Amino acid sequence: MAILVIAEHDNQQLKAATLNALAAAQKIGGDVHVLVAGNQAAGVAQAAAKAQGVNKVLLADGPALADGLAENVAAQVLAIASSYSHILFPATASGKNIAPRVAAKLDVAQLSDILSVESADTFTRPIYAGNAVATVQSSDAVKVITVRTTAFDAVAAEGGSAAVEELSAVADSGRSSFVSREVAKSDRPELAGAGVVVSGGRGMGSAENFKLLDGLADKLGAALGASRAAVDAGYAPNDWQVGQTGKIVAPQLYVAVGISGAIQHLAGMKDSKVIVAINKDPEAPIFGVADYGLVADLFEAVPALEKAL
Amino acid sequence: MKVLVPVKRVVDYNVKVRVKSDQTGVDIANVKMSMNPFDEIAVEEATRLKESGAATEVIAISCGVAQSQETLRTALAIGADRATLVQTDVELQPLAVAKLIKAVVDKEQPQLVILGKQAIDDDANQTGQMLAALLDWPQATFASKIEVSGDSVSVTREVDGGLETLKLSLPAVITTDLRLNEPRYVTLPNIMKAKKKPLETLTPEELGIDVAPRIKTLKVTEPPARAAGIMVPDVATLVEKLKNEAKVI
Repeated sequence: MAILVIAEHDNQQLKAATLNALAAAQKIGGDVHVLVAGNQAAGVAQAAAKAQGVNKVLLADGPALADGLAENVAAQVLAIASSYSHILFPATASGKNIAPRVAAKLDVAQLSDILSVESADTFTRPIYAGNAVATVQSSDAVKVITVRTTAFDAVAAEGGSAAVEELSAVADSGRSSFVSREVAKSDRPELAGAGVVVSGGRGMGSAENFKLLDGLADKLGAALGASRAAVDAGYAPNDWQVGQTGKIVAPQLYVAVGISGAIQHLAGMKDSKVIVAINKDPEAPIFGVADYGLVADLFEAVPALEKAL
Repeated sequence: MKVLVPVKRVVDYNVKVRVKSDQTGVDIANVKMSMNPFDEIAVEEATRLKESGAATEVIAISCGVAQSQETLRTALAIGADRATLVQTDVELQPLAVAKLIKAVVDKEQPQLVILGKQAIDDDANQTGQMLAALLDWPQATFASKIEVSGDSVSVTREVDGGLETLKLSLPAVITTDLRLNEPRYVTLPNIMKAKKKPLETLTPEELGIDVAPRIKTLKVTEPPARAAGIMVPDVATLVEKLKNEAKVI
């Protein structure tokens, strides 16, 4: 049986998270198909067809699928679900929203946020904010899975040449409708996929002071992140939040500035390759996971660091 | 309008759990348990809907062991009117919980079910979506703002890259995100009053639901430990280490 990967996209561009989910699909083994459910999303389907290791792209194009409403996208997945042994979504806001709806309709359990593929029915996943890793086995006929994108290296976006097949798009459920979207503007790399992340915490003191991190992030080509404390205090927008309840990141370099290192924050960043912590409190738990710790006043250390780079 | 709020008893979020040495799970004996933080936000929101006149009755429900009664009493102290415990010692997974809640929804006929977006023990983030699917109701997950008007509800959701607003026709299922509200402190008089509020106990058998786990946990291990780091005396040393030792810049 084949594996279906649900593409993450905005009708214009295929999102990188799809390539990570494809990597997990290839570890399971079998033909890999990609479903692009969207509106005027032919370009996305073309991009998906070029990804390495994709055997077929299914394009369902219709107005009901324009905004990724869970009711409609789930119905679209269910329309073809019977041909697949595994249905994979990237564990993004969209994947997490839709996957359980598909699983429940199929009367199967869902595996959330897998970290590795042990075999076609056995996977590992984090529990208790990443403080434990469970190896779990599903006996269901269809495995509905969300994939932690930072745990799988993306497949190449070029080099494939899959055929694109058009499906008829589902009708609108009529139960929900899209009203508006408010996009946080950023010229920096996307947080979840960035190679370097600079994050600020409550220690930044104010939204004004948070701008101190801009220069450092620019020098490093980094995305900006924040702890929940900083977001709750209004220093940073909420989509910058790194943690159990925000984004999970695993960059090459993570710089934590004025972040104490609560369990919920560590859950979002402790798989980073190198962690640097700058904090004036030598007892802060962040130093327990940091490769390089600097006990210093961030208002002196950050400008100095920026200058030294 | 009736609002149903499912709540879960979990290990308190401040506890750093330990994996059992035989790898069968995490050690939760003698560990402080509390209401899942996202569920507290859900109870608070339901209570505010009642206070604003949008809701007439708030029913809290929990599925699990007998001690989940304490969690329900907390929900009653925040502002729920009555509670239902579906009591079982079987390990409950999200699909089973969604089916149990659906059975109670069929009985109670609420117009709105508000759940937390995820429980901080299994970190699944599934139950609300599964419930919506089983009921064939619309869903709005990760809500940071809820406005009920007539027979519809407008929900602002936290999504990657910003916020989006959806309009759902009632009945509907909503799951809460952190910024939806700040739950109130429960006061002693309200804790006392909560003890007198009705709490009904059911079993999965009475509801006719098979709750057998579908996913088998083969083992639970510690996450890979990070190698111990070093403290650097100044910024110059830090930059030198990052360049020459870690080679990340």
